[in-house]
Amino acid sequence: MSQNKSLLQLRGIAKIFSKGTIDEVTALDNIKLDVNAEDYITIIGSNGAGKTTLLNVIGGVFPPERGGKVIISGNDITGFSEYKHATYVGRVYQDPHIGTAAKMTVEENLAMAVLRGQPRGLRPATNKQRRELFRSALAPLSLGLEDRLNAQVGTLSSGQRQAVALVMATISKPALLLLDEHTANLDPRTAQLVLDLTEVIVQREKMTTIMVTHNMELALRYGNRLIMMHEGKIVVDLNQKQRAGLTIDDLIAAFEQASGRRFIEDNILLRR
Amino acid sequence: MLDIVGNVLSFSFYEGLVFGLVAIGVYLTLRVLAFPDLTVDGSYTLGGATTAVLIVNGVHPFPATLAAIGVGLCAGLVTGLLNTKLRLPALLAGILMMVGLYSINLRVMGGANVSLLRQVTAFDKVAEVLGLSHGSIVVSITVALAIAAVVFFILNWFLRTEIGLALRATGDNEQMVRSLGVDTDKNVLMGCAIANGLVGLAGAVVAQGQGFADVGMGIGMIVMGLASVIIGEALFRPRGMARLLLAAIGGAFCYRLFITIALRLGMAPGDLKLITAVLVVIALAVPFIRKKLRHEWIPPAVRW
Repeated sequence: MSQNKSLLQLRGIAKIFSKGTIDEVTALDNIKLDVNAEDYITIIGSNGAGKTTLLNVIGGVFPPERGGKVIISGNDITGFSEYKHATYVGRVYQDPHIGTAAKMTVEENLAMAVLRGQPRGLRPATNKQRRELFRSALAPLSLGLEDRLNAQVGTLSSGQRQAVALVMATISKPALLLLDEHTANLDPRTAQLVLDLTEVIVQREKMTTIMVTHNMELALRYGNRLIMMHEGKIVVDLNQKQRAGLTIDDLIAAFEQASGRRFIEDNILLRR
Repeated sequence: MLDIVGNVLSFSFYEGLVFGLVAIGVYLTLRVLAFPDLTVDGSYTLGGATTAVLIVNGVHPFPATLAAIGVGLCAGLVTGLLNTKLRLPALLAGILMMVGLYSINLRVMGGANVSLLRQVTAFDKVAEVLGLSHGSIVVSITVALAIAAVVFFILNWFLRTEIGLALRATGDNEQMVRSLGVDTDKNVLMGCAIANGLVGLAGAVVAQGQGFADVGMGIGMIVMGLASVIIGEALFRPRGMARLLLAAIGGAFCYRLFITIALRLGMAPGDLKLITAVLVVIALAVPFIRKKLRHEWIPPAVRW
C-alpha cells in the first residue's frame, strides 16, 4: 500500500496563527518529514522555532493548514480530533500535571491509559490482571510506585508524577511517542532519572519516538536522528552516521550555517 | 415530645433521600465534572411538571415518574451541547437553560401549577401494594429509600467502569483524558444528562409527595444541592466512590433536618432561602478562615 516503511509521514505541514491580523505568525512553514519505524528523533531549536507546534499537529491538538497531510501507519488522520490521534500517539508533556489526573489514584490513572485506542465499556476499570500489569510496568522505575497503586497521584512528587505520565503514555504501546521537553521542569537528578526511564522503555518496546528539547547535549546523547528547527522550518536533519561524534560546537556551526544567523542571538534560549 | 422528634427525624429522612438525588446530581456535575451546572433549578421543575401533567392525563404514575428522568436527561444534554459544541461557558449555559426552562415549564403545565389532588400517585400505588394507609410516612420513606438505593447502586457501579472512570477523569484533567483517546465532549454530555435526569426524578417524587407541581418549586434547588454536598463533605470527609455518594445523601438529610427544625421553631418559610444561602457561605468560609488563622497558603478564588 504505502511505498515506503515510514511510520509517520508529514506532507506540506504549515501552521499560521492569528491569520489575517498584524500578529500573523507562521509557526510551521511547509514541513515535510518521514519518520521511520523505531526512529528516535531529537528535535532542537530556539523558542518560537515551531517544535511544540509540530508536536501539536502530530498529536491532533489542532489541524495543519489546508493542503497539509498527517499520515501515521498508513492512515491519513489529517484533521481528526485529538482523541482520535491518541490511538496512534502517546505524549508526555513538559508539565507533569498535564499528563496525570491528580485526584485519581495511580491505579485509576493507569487504567485510563491502558485502554488507549480501544473502546471503553461497562466492565470494571480495574481487575486483578490489570493490576498485575500496572505493577510490572511500574516496578522498573524503582520508585516503589508498584506498592502505591491506591495513592492519589496528587500526593506524588513532580518526578514521580512524570514517571507515571511516561508509563501512561507508553503502556498501551502506541505507534508513536511524543516527548515535549518532558524533563525541563524537573530538578537535574529527577530529570536524569526520567531520561533513563525513557531510554529503557523506548529500547525495550522499540518505540518510534520524537523528543523535543532545548538542551543540545540531550539532543546529541539520545536518539538516532537529530533535527534542528528554525522559524518553522527543518533546517538541519542528521542521521545516525552524520550525527556520530558531533559536538555541541559542531551543532552551533551547523545552526549558524543553516539559519544564516549568528548563534549568539539564540544562545540564551538554547541551553548548551 | 418524643413523638415530635420521631416525626421530625422520619420526615427529614424521607426528604434527605429525595433531595439526596438532587445532591448527587450536583455532586456529579460540580465535583466530578467540575461543571457548575445551574440547569438544576429548571430541570427539577421540569421533572415535577411533566410527571404531574402525565398523571392528570391518566398515565400510570410509574411511567409518568420515569418520564421525568427522560426530560431531565434531555435538559442536561442541551446544557452540555451548549457548552461543548457552541463553547458557551458552563455557568452561562446553565443560566440560559434555567431561564429557558421556566417558560417551558409554564407551557408544559399550561399554567403556574398543576394539582394532583384526588389523583393516584406512585405513593398511592405503593401504599396499595404494601397495604398501608395513603399518606403514611412509612410509604413515603419506602418509596424514597427504594429509589435512592437503586440510584446509589447503579452509580456506584457505573463510576467504577471503564466509561465511568473516563467520566470522572474528565473533570480532573480533561487534557489528559483527551490525550488518552477519550472524547471528553461526550463525557460532559453524559455527565450533565445523568445529573439532570436524577434532578428531574427528584422533582417528580416531590411533586407527587406534596400533591402538586409548581413553576417555582425549583427555585434555589442548585443552592440546596450545593449545601447538601458541602455539608456531606464537611461532616463525613468521604473517601472513595461509595462514600462520596452516601455523603451527598447524608448531607441532604442533615440539611433538611436543619430546615425542618427551623420551620418547627416558627421560622417563616420565606426566610429559608436566605438561611440556606447563609449556610452555604458559612460552610465555604469556615475552612478559609481556619487556614487564614493558621497562616496556610490559600489558592485564589475560582472565577469560572
